Amino acid sequence: MSFPWANEYTPKAPLMKWIDERLPLPRLVYNAVGGGYPVPRNLNFFWNFGVLSGLALVIQLVTGIIMAMHYGANDLVAFGTVEHVMRDVNSGWLMRYAHANGASFFFIVVYLHIFRGLYFGSYKAPREMVWLLGLVIFLLMMATAFMGYVLPWGQMSYWGAKVITGLFGAIPIVGEPIQTWLLGGFAPGNASLNRFFSLHYLLPFVIAGVIILHIWALHIPGSTNPTGVEVKGPQDTLPFHPYYTAKDGFGAGIFLILFAIAVYFAPNALGHPDNYIEANPLSTPAHIVPEWYFWPFYAILRAFTFDFFFIPAKLLGVLAMFASILLLFFLPWLDTSPVRSGRYRPMFRKFWWILLADIAVLGYCGGAAAEEPWVMISQVASAYYFAHFLIILPLISAFERPDPLPGSITEAVLGKDDHGAETAAVAAE
Amino acid sequence: MVRIGAFFVGLFFSGWLLVSFIMGAVAYVSEPPAPTAEHEFHLKPKHVSYSFDGPLGRYDKQQLQRGFQVYKEVCAACHSLKFVAFRDLAALGYNEAEVKAIAKSWIIKTPSVDPATGEASSRDPVPADKFPMPFANNVAAAAANNNAIPPDLSLMTKARHHGTAYVYSLLTGYTNQAGYKNEEGKELLAEFPDSETPAGLHFNPYFPNLNLAMAPPLTAEGQVTYDEGQPTPTVDQMSQDVSAFLAWTAEPKLEDRKSAGIAVLLFLIIATGLAYMSYRSIWADQKH
Repeated sequence: MSFPWANEYTPKAPLMKWIDERLPLPRLVYNAVGGGYPVPRNLNFFWNFGVLSGLALVIQLVTGIIMAMHYGANDLVAFGTVEHVMRDVNSGWLMRYAHANGASFFFIVVYLHIFRGLYFGSYKAPREMVWLLGLVIFLLMMATAFMGYVLPWGQMSYWGAKVITGLFGAIPIVGEPIQTWLLGGFAPGNASLNRFFSLHYLLPFVIAGVIILHIWALHIPGSTNPTGVEVKGPQDTLPFHPYYTAKDGFGAGIFLILFAIAVYFAPNALGHPDNYIEANPLSTPAHIVPEWYFWPFYAILRAFTFDFFFIPAKLLGVLAMFASILLLFFLPWLDTSPVRSGRYRPMFRKFWWILLADIAVLGYCGGAAAEEPWVMISQVASAYYFAHFLIILPLISAFERPDPLPGSITEAVLGKDDHGAETAAVAAE
Repeated sequence: MVRIGAFFVGLFFSGWLLVSFIMGAVAYVSEPPAPTAEHEFHLKPKHVSYSFDGPLGRYDKQQLQRGFQVYKEVCAACHSLKFVAFRDLAALGYNEAEVKAIAKSWIIKTPSVDPATGEASSRDPVPADKFPMPFANNVAAAAANNNAIPPDLSLMTKARHHGTAYVYSLLTGYTNQAGYKNEEGKELLAEFPDSETPAGLHFNPYFPNLNLAMAPPLTAEGQVTYDEGQPTPTVDQMSQDVSAFLAWTAEPKLEDRKSAGIAVLLFLIIATGLAYMSYRSIWADQKH
């Protein structure tokens, strides 16, 4: 990695000098997350969630690797080995509850990270690649989380696997062979469980690899900031260390407090009771629902209740659900406004809040039973979701009159009133 | 090009969703879905409080022992506890000799192999054994119970919403279906004449579909004889005790978890306070 703007690394300790000459690892660390990386001085706490996502991944890796030492990926024993972890493995209950809730907290911080990006226009040039790689990480996370949820081989594991692989069955002609191929059988069974375990162990390391690319791509232009105005000079930045390591350290403390409350005092609040019933192919649960972080997408899937001429409703739902994520890959080219930050985009800002509320409504509908009024509500909310990204955003960026931008980050921070009253108001924030 | 393509994709999905919404709404208004007996008459679990509620709650060992006694004398005839071992009973306050005696005198025996002939046989359980299954297999369990397999109880209180209260409510919730009214005063059999409990099932509004195969297991005060100094074994008391016991079988590490949680939180609050102070002191000379 080379960063044209990075501060030059000059090793002080002889050992570091010796290492750096042979392997420039100290240089890499210094430039990536150390004093060598100049960061806009005005990042707020919404910029903590990247580091917190990394922390969540580390928690998942550590707890997951330990649990894999005690887990048996076989449909006859899987459920029992999870109970063995809970009852007989030293601190096994902690590993499992931390892993199960860790998945939820990983998604919480990643969703906050994504919504931060949406509000402050982090996906715009020259950071499109950061955004695209972030979406790849998000997709990998969804796949990993889904397969991880199958491993305890409870009722929701089994029926969730059946429903999700059934989505591929909706594809015309080749759908059913694909579903059979994915499952390694006509229904979820030992073959499915084994491959899901194998991939569940593999994908987090793929995620870690893509995270490296994500950070690399970020470090080419450097971080954006709440004003969206690019860094103009050294007065606009502070070194990552110690300023942002200190800020991230405090953020990590808050994150861990909330995480500990969930793990130690409400470890099953985010789970579904049915997954404490061993998988039974002969008994379908009353309501099959995925984990909460999939609910908005599940609501979109179920919102299609009528065939569109020759396209069956089920296939439409599957297409829409995949489209709802894939459309985010086009976001940098759909939102063409030159202004990044929602702070200076009055119309965009209103619609951003509507989108946030809309996704919350979709989430609620996705977790509810597939009955009225939830289906009707999710139809309206899904319609808004697609309209927001594909119709409204391009129109806003064409017609909106953005507020005046501050001349520089320093000006926004120090409130030098060179450009009229608006700038002062912004600085006062 | 991207934006033109996106516009039509958006128009298609959003448009068809709105059309679906209108068609669904018309159908909903013209033919409202018929209410079901389960929807109108199923009850949420009763409110009941336990010593282990809340962040500082601990199990009441006396209560767990009473609950275990109810399980042993009533539930164990049909319901297994396959993830719990006799040695785990030490957590209820039994000493090693008592656990050994409980295992040895357990009515159901542990399957074994006759060392002389190799034929299937059985032996007295030892503390290391899990509770033996009351039926040899699911076919035997179904055959003995009017075709309904009694579920394993190890995880029951985590496998239902508000599971501990659910178990308590179910055990105390059997009632006469004739004349049964819900809170709104609607009478079940008057509203849904078809929903009379079939023969062999038992009416219980706390069960999701209102009728379950299990006959009321706790029917009379004193059905289980508690030791001197323990509360009177009313149906309500026994139901509370056995639901508390099943909370323990489902979550045996609850006390470890909560104790560790308090320590971890104290540590994290102090560490985060220090992190906050170092954050403030590092940033003290910078406007941001």
